[in-house]
Amino acid sequence: MVSREKKLKIKDISWLTLVLLLSVLPLIPGFTANSFRMHIMILIMLYASMAQAWNIIGGYCGQVSFGHSVFFGIGAYGAGMAVVTYGGTPWLGIIIGMILAACVAVIISYPCFKLSGHYFAIATFAIVEIFNRGFLVWDWIGGALGLDYPIIEEGLKNFMWHNTKTPYYYLALLIFVLIFSIVRWLEGHRFGYYMRAVRDGQETAESLGVNSTAIKLTAMALSASMAALCGSFFVQYNLRVDPPMVMSLDTSMKFVLVTILGGSGTLAGPLLGAAVLVPLQEYTRAFWGGLGGGVDLIIFGLLIIIIVVKQPAGMIGILQYIQKAFKKTKLQEVK
Amino acid sequence: MAILEVHNVTMKFGELVACNSISFNVEEGAIVGLIGPNGAGKTTLFNCISGLYKPSGGNIFFNGEEITGLKPYEIARKGAVRTFQVVRPLKDMTVFDNVLVGAFLYSRENRIAFEKAYECLRLCNLEHLKDKIAGELTIGGKKRLEMARALATNPKLLMLDEVMAGLTTTEMKASVEVIQRLRDHGMTIMIIEHVMEGIMPIADKVIVLDGGVKIAEDVPASIVKNEKVIEAYLGTKYSKRYREKKVERTDGGAYT
Ligand SMILES: Nc1ncnc2c1ncn2[C@@H]1O[C@H](COP(=O)(O)OP(=O)(O)O)[C@@H](O)[C@H]1O
Ligand SMILES: [Mg+2]
Repeated sequence: MVSREKKLKIKDISWLTLVLLLSVLPLIPGFTANSFRMHIMILIMLYASMAQAWNIIGGYCGQVSFGHSVFFGIGAYGAGMAVVTYGGTPWLGIIIGMILAACVAVIISYPCFKLSGHYFAIATFAIVEIFNRGFLVWDWIGGALGLDYPIIEEGLKNFMWHNTKTPYYYLALLIFVLIFSIVRWLEGHRFGYYMRAVRDGQETAESLGVNSTAIKLTAMALSASMAALCGSFFVQYNLRVDPPMVMSLDTSMKFVLVTILGGSGTLAGPLLGAAVLVPLQEYTRAFWGGLGGGVDLIIFGLLIIIIVVKQPAGMIGILQYIQKAFKKTKLQEVK
Repeated sequence: MAILEVHNVTMKFGELVACNSISFNVEEGAIVGLIGPNGAGKTTLFNCISGLYKPSGGNIFFNGEEITGLKPYEIARKGAVRTFQVVRPLKDMTVFDNVLVGAFLYSRENRIAFEKAYECLRLCNLEHLKDKIAGELTIGGKKRLEMARALATNPKLLMLDEVMAGLTTTEMKASVEVIQRLRDHGMTIMIIEHVMEGIMPIADKVIVLDGGVKIAEDVPASIVKNEKVIEAYLGTKYSKRYREKKVERTDGGAYT
């Protein structure tokens, strides 16, 4: 039997190895600065980060939110406004966006957390609609036209590069490492245990001294600010933003589905989900784009149905199942 | 000094009066038994003390401080922690992690909380099950988990709601020993129990409820002779055997 501490060490070492491999990826031929593959790797890192941000409140804390596109959008607009409207660098806008997203999350979640289970999810659905409509008619932030980036000097200061995707990849990787490290830390500390306790039994957790409202609000604020960070990366990479692009149920669903497909409430789940869904989405789009953008969504939907019906624990669950089966055959061989 | 004072606590569910103006004190360091037939209002009383329900009337003081109507987590933080009769394991977490959640109330520091959790697992005989998912335990295991988790918070007042029901004879004896040991360390304990052999020998005082009303409060030796209690709950069989010192009944059956 491997001890608990040893298991944790193995987990951390595999993480470090993975990050190391990911950071030398651009040196490998085939992942050149402007290749489609590089684009896909960037999206995988972005989607994994988004899913991990959602995983904090949705997976670990068990509060299924369909409102994360709102926070994503706030982050995107924070950076976008700083660059397009104020002609500055995006950095201050990114930070303001993250703080605003956390505040908005707390304000809208506080009443919603009084609702239980499905009603919470439904309430968050409605909030996306409200924000989407609000942003469409709000002239100060560009209304329905959105924000189009001007061509400005490239470099880290402006968070913009014109002829290479490699810096974008490294920044996405940095965000990925940041969010995954936060979650990894939470997993091993009181707050992480409290989140899972609230998920598994709110009244039980309260009977043990856990202020469940405070835990949920903090988790939500953290999750929302991380979602906003992903949103600002998105707009810097996309160089354009309008309300339907970010604040849509479509985007919200991506937060939820990538996590659930990979395995919600687990550290590796969001990465697994993104590593499968992003290539699937991008390649089907590239091959069958002529059929009119829906094919990737159909496959997406089918996959989710299969997973939810067959393996609710997600791909992590499938991996564990294979691992168990493998161990069993090994044992039989020994016998 | 009384660590818990309950004054005229009443709990109504619509027309039903589950607790009817109940008053009593619990002395610091005592073991107090709470008995009575099913539906007498014992669990409801725990729910009122622990803050799960807000009493319809009356006041509750803990350590001299009024706690009536406080939130459950606030009361737990003050040191009054309860277990649930209908077990509530945190299903998807391991046994160890369940107990650890309790231990984080004792200390927010990982090292100290982990040690406390191990200590309580050992005490409740759950050490070998620590990596099991809590939802997969047997009922006996879940009952012991309830106790270990509450214990890990290091409460001043521990409220146990039928933690011995469904345990085997050996498990029950072990629980009784654990409870005695906790008292020896200065913990105050309230126990709801149907298993008289589990409670009568160790209780300093027994409170009897029937139909939401307190019908008796006395030392065990007097409770078993109390006509009202015999009629309402104990039955003549147990009371006779208790007086004949033949309380060796060990099948864990309930006298209801
Ligand atoms: N939440 C509730 N809503 C309505 N009635 C309740 C509720 N909780 C308990 N009761 C009723 O209160 C009475 C006392 O129940 P309870 O305290 O569980 O009894 P005991 O623990 O002594 O067996 C019962 O008649 C029960 O049906
Ligand atoms: Mg009861």
